[in-house]
Amino acid sequence: MTRTAQRRTVEKAAVRPVQAPPPAGERGRRRLADQTRAYAFLLGGLVCFALFSWYPAIRAVVIAFQKYTPGAPAEWVGTDNFTRVFDDPEFTAAWRNTFTFTLLALLIGFAIPFVLALVLNEIRHARAFFRVVVYLPVMIPPVVSALLWKWFYDPGTGLANEVLRLVDLPTSNWSNGADTALVSLVIVATWANMGGTVLIYLAALQSVPGELYEAAELDGANLLQRIRHVTIPQTRFVILMLMLLQIIATMQVFTEPFVITGGGPENATVTVLYLIYKYAFLYNDFGGACALSVMLLVFLGIFSALYLRLTRSEGEDT
Amino acid sequence: MSSTRTLVSPAALARPRGKAAYWTVFTSVVLLFALAFLFPVYWMVTGAMKSPDEVAQTPPTLVPKEWHLSGYTDAWELMQLPTHLWNTVVQAAGAWLFQLVLCTAAAYALSKLRPVFGKVILGGILATLMVPAQALVVPKYLTVADLGLLNDPLAIWLPAVANAFNLYLLKRFFDQIPRDVLEAAEIDGAGKLRILWSIVLPMSRPVLGVVSIFALVAVWQDFLWPLMVFSDTGKQPISVALVQLSQNIQLTVLIAAMVIASIPMVAMFLIFQRHIIAGISAGSTRG
Repeated sequence: MTRTAQRRTVEKAAVRPVQAPPPAGERGRRRLADQTRAYAFLLGGLVCFALFSWYPAIRAVVIAFQKYTPGAPAEWVGTDNFTRVFDDPEFTAAWRNTFTFTLLALLIGFAIPFVLALVLNEIRHARAFFRVVVYLPVMIPPVVSALLWKWFYDPGTGLANEVLRLVDLPTSNWSNGADTALVSLVIVATWANMGGTVLIYLAALQSVPGELYEAAELDGANLLQRIRHVTIPQTRFVILMLMLLQIIATMQVFTEPFVITGGGPENATVTVLYLIYKYAFLYNDFGGACALSVMLLVFLGIFSALYLRLTRSEGEDT
Repeated sequence: MSSTRTLVSPAALARPRGKAAYWTVFTSVVLLFALAFLFPVYWMVTGAMKSPDEVAQTPPTLVPKEWHLSGYTDAWELMQLPTHLWNTVVQAAGAWLFQLVLCTAAAYALSKLRPVFGKVILGGILATLMVPAQALVVPKYLTVADLGLLNDPLAIWLPAVANAFNLYLLKRFFDQIPRDVLEAAEIDGAGKLRILWSIVLPMSRPVLGVVSIFALVAVWQDFLWPLMVFSDTGKQPISVALVQLSQNIQLTVLIAAMVIASIPMVAMFLIFQRHIIAGISAGSTRG
């Protein structure tokens, strides 16, 4: 329909005659027809949600208590899967690594984009250039950034050690050393993902009213005090939201350890999701994989619930 | 230039010392960005053009001594990139189409057609936002296997529709379209489908653009899910093929393949950068 036609319908709506209500029997039939039509529109989406979201969530919980091999009848085994998974030495390593990764990603991967956004907001030239460049790594497929950094981390010919040699610092084993592997992966994840955080935080900074800074300055607040007493309180909600989102995302890290380190050295970079993958596809133990999935689900569900509550309550305020 | 007041006052910036400080910070940020974000990309693009000996050489050369294109041509042929790129295009385009048709229809029904249990259904959809997608890959894989969809692009297309974020984005946008406009069209004799097609969709161009970009990028960047469902090498998208082949292939060839794999999304980003950046900045809450 063209725009003029659209306008015509709007005008018509204004002078719409009041219709007499149809008799009861016809109204019921009309309602049924309306509902059938509504559900015809809904059907495709509903089937997909049922098959690939709701059913798998229920199934994860069911299989967590079963011995499950595709094609064979499932057996109930009580909490066997959980105890077996608990006894696996990799289990502790995976959770420890995932927590450490998340914590480091908060320290490094959150502090850097935060400061960068603060600085970028003060810059008055080439704004578009900075925004494009910082977001560029996000557009590079994660697999490519992982392979790229694997090459940089090569102890012999990699760029990372080359840079250290250039400034006369001792070289490192990076992703090949048990002590440094996890930090190396956090650097990759930060490099690849910080563009989104920077852009969202920049948008939040632009909504801070300028008068507040003026008032603070009149009260004699210096730069750091203005950040502490104006910027941070004014953007508190976005900071919290970005943090929760990042925790949820980094707790599910898989591509970097899978591609760069293969979980090694000495299990130093096995993560929970990696362990789930191993149980399912290397050990063919789907019960164990689902038991682990349920644990991750419950844990992350708490953070997700917090996140939704936060965005919901903010939505009501505005 | 917008005149909104930020952390540093315009008066302070106008003073000679302020000006000097500003340009120092500006130059350092330009250098930092060039080194941190552009240099790795430069290193990748030129690394693929070095000879295998030169790539392994220490200290490395900043600019290739001789420019070889053989890395790129070898990658194209040896790694069967045309097949994998085509697979990725098919998977991404199908996921985009399925999402656009089915999510739009469902969002329209939830927003405007008042289905009974509409609230319950919406609640069920929003609840999936609380469930981290990756935590459910194993049972989702088993369901796809039961349906016989392994090694089939439908294994990407159909689960892509179950995207609560995009559906909710569409529904919220449709909610803002005044009911009067639609009722008027109905009195004119337009059916629900025609209203959706001729009134709702043309009014929703911005949100359809955002959803389209999210849908395409998500499939192009995904790794774990296609790794699980495509065991058949000939069906794998480029992300999975790169990792599978990275073990036993010459470094320059692998790097060239990495560059080629990045080009489509980076090109799309550079073309639509204004819209994409505006979309993210406009309070997108996607991680």
